[in-house]
Formats: sequence, structure tokens, C-alpha cells
Amino acid sequence: MSSVEERVGKIIVEQLGVKEEEVTPEASFVDDLGADSLDTVELVMALEEEFECEIPDEEAERITTVQQAIDYINQHLEQ
Amino acid sequence: MAARRVVVTGLGIISPVGNTVAEAWQNICAGRTGIRTIERFDPAGYPVRFGGEVRGFDVGCYLAAKEARKADPFIHYGIAAAVDALRDAELEITDDNAGRIGACLGSGIGGLFSIENAQQAFFKGGPRKISPFYVPSAIINMLSGNLAILLGIKGPNFAIVSACATGTHTIGQAGRVIAYGDADVMFAGGAEFATTPTGLGGFAAARALSMRNEDPAHASRPWDRDRDGFVLGDGAGVLMLEELEHAKRRGARIHAELVGFGMSADAYHMTLPSQDGEGAQRAMVNALRDARLNCNEIDYINAHGTSTPAGDRVECDAIKSVFGDHAAEKLAVSSTKSMTGHLLGAAGGVEAIFSILALRDQLAPPTINLDHPDDDLDLNFVPHKARELSIDVVLSNSFGFGGTNASVIFRRLV
Repeated sequence: MSSVEERVGKIIVEQLGVKEEEVTPEASFVDDLGADSLDTVELVMALEEEFECEIPDEEAERITTVQQAIDYINQHLEQ
Repeated sequence: MAARRVVVTGLGIISPVGNTVAEAWQNICAGRTGIRTIERFDPAGYPVRFGGEVRGFDVGCYLAAKEARKADPFIHYGIAAAVDALRDAELEITDDNAGRIGACLGSGIGGLFSIENAQQAFFKGGPRKISPFYVPSAIINMLSGNLAILLGIKGPNFAIVSACATGTHTIGQAGRVIAYGDADVMFAGGAEFATTPTGLGGFAAARALSMRNEDPAHASRPWDRDRDGFVLGDGAGVLMLEELEHAKRRGARIHAELVGFGMSADAYHMTLPSQDGEGAQRAMVNALRDARLNCNEIDYINAHGTSTPAGDRVECDAIKSVFGDHAAEKLAVSSTKSMTGHLLGAAGGVEAIFSILALRDQLAPPTINLDHPDDDLDLNFVPHKARELSIDVVLSNSFGFGGTNASVIFRRLV
């Protein structure tokens, strides 16, 4: 089984059409990876699908970087 | 006002008979069909299990994967045909001319595939599982919209929706946008991807489709006594229209001049044509009047000719009424739908292109599968084989559900 980091990274590459090396922990979806507001909505949906969870809108709004996405998933999986 | 003249300088096709203009035209002239058993999904259990799918198409040649994912296949086909038309026209888009270049592209149904997928996601997971790109991927004007974003063209941008007359309406109206002075260049045409589960099932339910499942290649047989409905097809046909002087100044190759456009409504029935073809007659008469041409100046008609029992008869009667002795003696009439199937909103675009190529090559494309012309359907339908013919003026007909009719006329530039 791949790590959370790898799975999140793969989804970001697919959803945002960026290169793997661009997906650094501190990268911002909007500022660094070219996402617009609708892209980020769909990205969160893809994360929900992959990790079989539900990310409430108010939580999703705070996920703006790769690391924040990984942290959220890790916390969620621990629960 | 002395109207500005409008010419065609670019052509692009994605179709069941080929994904370039050259390949599609070669197949059409050779009488090769693009109709086969459906491959994109398993059609077992459907009353109709064949159609004219687009094969070997790679959207990646036209759009980045991230953008392609946000658009229905009908938009992929339309964008590809439009980009190919631009390449054919060799027009450079600059900051100076961008505001004078527009798009009027349509579709009969639009993003059916995307609608089906969104509905499935909704049933599975509720409203939260609907993609934020569902609506913009499916609505019809997003073909024109996406093309503008891709190319940076900032002129008039809209869509026309008139079922199977869509493509022809877009050409006529886009031509008028140029003639009126609102733009110098317009992309016009249509795109369709309706061979989806509910598309195929829906047209079958409407009893519109041929049921010849055991022999798809011979299912589309306009004016033949054994015809039993049309064959659903996918693809896109886009023309780049340009103001004549604009085209001349940049030394563009001019394929033909758009000289006439006529419209009408049957006001009769949702899906059946008016019994005497009166609506179709008026569309053709209006186009002839717009072109200031007499009926005996038309050399070739690319007919609507869908292979339905009622529609083929009505169009034949309408052509006889409008063209009289000329129809009986000299006029050539064929249906390229015998090979492509019926591309609905894309049909008018694709068939305008075949009409223009008939002008260019002095060759009337054939109506294949016309083995036994039905009683009284006795025009010069160019059966089986393409025919060399002196062609200066061509007319292309499109008629749609709702009783909407449109005809366009192209002439060799004189």
C-alpha cells in the first residue's frame, strides 16, 4: 500500500495536470499549481473518494497546500 | 447597405469516416461507410446496437489533459474540428484582430455523456458527489466558449440549438454576423456525441433509428425502399468563414463563397415533417432568394436525406416542387449520411464541408446502399458511385425535430 503522501501526490498530479516534482509539501494549489476555485473543489472530492471520507466544506476551505492535505488525511485516518 | 461578402477559408472534420478533411472526403468519394457496431459501451439489450462512432481520436492533440477532463466529448470533437479549420485557413490570431474573430458553434443535444455521468454520481453519493465541472462541461455554448479561451478570440461568441438543423443555422447566422459587420472571421458548425446509452436508447424509443442490427453497413440507405430509419453518428464539422476582402488581403486560399441562407418552420409536428414538405420548400426558396439565384443554377444538393421513411419522401417531394424540370433533368442530389450516419447538430457542418469539396473537385459524392429507389423517389441521387459533374453552385439542407429547416448555398468564387 502506498503512503498517504504518495496517494495524495498522485491525485494532485492527475487532477491539476502538474508534474510530480512540482508537488512539494509547501506548494499552494492556487498560487503554485495553477488551480482555480473549481479545481480545488474537485480536488477535495477526489481526496474524499480515494480515502473514503467526507471533508466538510469549512474544513476543505482550509486545505490550501499539499502538506495541509496530507495532514488532514493523516489526522482523519488516525481517527 | 451593400452587404459584405463572406467566404470559406478553413475546414475541419471529426467524423465516423475520418478525423481529417482529406481522409473523410476520400472515404466519402469511395463510398466507404463509417457505420459499425457500438464499441464504446456494451450495447447488448439495446434495440439498436450500432452507429457512427468516432474512432482513433486523441483529444490530447488539441487540449491538455486537465482541460479535456472538464469538457464533454462533443466539445472535444468541436474544438478539434475548429482548430483544424484554423490551421487550414492559416490565419494568425493577434491582439489586433482577436476582437474581430468570433464563434457560433452548436450542438443538437450537447453534453449527454456528462449528464449521464453526473446522474450516476448523484445516485451513488448524493448531491455532494456532483463535479463542479458538471454544468460547464455539458452546456452547449461551452464549445464556443472553450474555443475562445483556447485561441484568445474575443469577437461574438454564442451557440445555436436547432436539433439536426443546428450546423446549417450556425453557418447562415455566422455569415450574417460577418456580413453585418460585427466580425471579420467566424467559426461556424456543430458537434455531437449522442451515441451514449440514453442517446441511443432515446432515439430508438422515438422509433427514429434503423433496426438493421445484423447489417450496420447497409442500415443508412436514403430513398431506398428498404430504409427503416436513420443511424446515429458522432463528430464535428467546423468552417472558418471570413469577409472576402479580409481573406484577399492576407492572401488566403478561398474554398467557396457563402451566398445564400434560408430558414423556415413546419409548424406541424414534434418529430414528423409536414406531409407535403412545405416547410422544407420554403427554406430552399428563401436561400435561393437570399443568393439571388434561379433554381436552375443549383448543380448539386447535399440533401438532409436521413434514411427515414417519412423524411426522405418529403424532402424528395420538396425538391421536386422547388426545382421542377431542373430536378428531373440535371440536378444531382445525394446523401452523405448514407456513409456517416446522422450527426444531428454536427450534420450541417460536416455536410457543408462535403458540399464545398464537391465544388472544389467537381465531383458529386454518392448515396450508397440505394439499391432499389422507393416508388416515386426518382431524382438523380448519385447511387453507389461518386460522379464527375460540372458544379458551380451547391445547396445543403438540414431539417430538425421541432419542424425547423435551414438551407445554405455555396458558390465557386467568381
